[in-house]
Amino acid sequence: MNIFKHQNNVLPGFGPTLGFTVFYLSLIVLIPLSALVFRTAGLTWGEFIATVTAPRVLASYKVTFGAAIIAATINAFFGVLVAWVLVRYRFPGRRIIDALVDLPFALPTAVAGITLATIYSANGWVGRFLEPHGIKIAFTPVGIVLAMTFIGLPFVVRTVQPVIEEIEVELEEAAVCLGANRWQTLQRVIFPMLLPSILTGFALAFARAVGEYGSIIFIAGNMPMVSEITPLLIITKLEQFDYQGATAIACVMLLTSFMMLLVINLLQKWSRRYAE
Amino acid sequence: MTKRNAHETTEPAIVRWLLIATALVFLALFLALPLAAVFSQAFEKGLGVYLETLKEPDTLSSIKLTLITAAVSVPLNLFFGVTAAWAIAKFSFPGKNLLITLIDLPFSVSPVISGLIFVLIFGLQGWLGPWLQSHDIKIVFAVPGIILATIFVTFPFVARELIPLMEAQGKEEEEAALVLGASGLQTFFLVTLPNIKWGLIYGVILCNARAMGEFGAVSVVSGHIRGMTNTVPLHVEILYNEYNNTAAFAVASLLAFLALITLVVKTIAEWKVRQQLEH
Repeated sequence: MNIFKHQNNVLPGFGPTLGFTVFYLSLIVLIPLSALVFRTAGLTWGEFIATVTAPRVLASYKVTFGAAIIAATINAFFGVLVAWVLVRYRFPGRRIIDALVDLPFALPTAVAGITLATIYSANGWVGRFLEPHGIKIAFTPVGIVLAMTFIGLPFVVRTVQPVIEEIEVELEEAAVCLGANRWQTLQRVIFPMLLPSILTGFALAFARAVGEYGSIIFIAGNMPMVSEITPLLIITKLEQFDYQGATAIACVMLLTSFMMLLVINLLQKWSRRYAE
Repeated sequence: MTKRNAHETTEPAIVRWLLIATALVFLALFLALPLAAVFSQAFEKGLGVYLETLKEPDTLSSIKLTLITAAVSVPLNLFFGVTAAWAIAKFSFPGKNLLITLIDLPFSVSPVISGLIFVLIFGLQGWLGPWLQSHDIKIVFAVPGIILATIFVTFPFVARELIPLMEAQGKEEEEAALVLGASGLQTFFLVTLPNIKWGLIYGVILCNARAMGEFGAVSVVSGHIRGMTNTVPLHVEILYNEYNNTAAFAVASLLAFLALITLVVKTIAEWKVRQQLEH
């Protein structure tokens, strides 16, 4: 292998570190993931399609992806707002709030799940004000959107924030000199610069929401056909010892995540174009 | 004219305050309220009941298992993260970007699937299931399975933090050390390590938070055996499903404390890394 010889580099340890990296990666990630693909290959094409398009499974895709899109959209909107406020404005408590944005990354999903379920149930802190008006959040699909919004909250903020920090004030001044008012500047100068990072954050939040389990199951109600998410369906199949069914649905979800990963990589390439 | 310029590169005061207020209400509703609710529910029946709950044998054994899981998985992923970052950041080779993507892979896999794959390999109906059973080795629905699933979900944390940091720092300092006669390990421990210290802490604290808090993946492989294969998050679920709200939130508050400590350390580490890169 020429690549190992022609390193124009005096640093030692390339062979062992790369070797260990590939070995550990294969052992922990690649081989276990391939088990999923091989297990699915045990099914005939017809069986596979029948499993992954059964009515209850289709309903779960609809709930999962539908709620994830709504949650990611809410996060895209409020994420940009929060990032803008944190970077551009000064107000007391700004640093603490900035640190708190990452709470959904740090708080275990089970804790988030039982807490949200408690707050939004009929006699919870928020639920008790909504219930008399006929608004039910816990144990409905709305609860799923709520939990997904919580766990996806940091993504858009953290992808958009550094981009806003990098914007040079000269650009805005130039727009003003050319006669733009504030709204035009925001719309025609700032927004196009933020767009790639907003979309990246949206895609990250969406991908996370689709796979999420812990924070959702407590608040979702988990009614088949209505508020049952796909990850829960995988677990249900597993508990019924339907390994083939669980594996087939998991395979569909894995393919979706890979497609999302591809989209996210392309979006990040696009946003880097602006950084240069 | 100068006055108009200053005016036109920011929003009118009323708009500014409206935006701040909207952002704060959103964050209060989604972040502050849940955090407050955890502690308020946990202490609902007073400090005595709270402490009593935490002293239950099942709670203690779940804490023990969570500590063991983190004590195994975090050091392993730390070692991996450092070696992977050394190979990727300090050398150039074909397929580097593919390798980085593959390292990030566990982040884009649903936690449920992260657990499922280990059941497919080590479970009774799995690849190694019959062999393991004939040798009386239990991996799935036992502690090793929980540790494996945790290693999988926390796999990228340290590596993905160190790779960009070490790339940004370049390799001149290491080269200088080697030219001056330091050995490879001396160079790493005396030159590289002090430079990446805060990035390392950042990666480790996030890795640890996830290792102690992981629910989905661990739930699939654990089998929920009380006092045996229950980690703290799984114990929270059991208590909650038994309608033992106060106990569930008391145990959950431990994890919320952990999350707050994580945020503090993370913020300090982030700040130190920024400071270092600006120098």
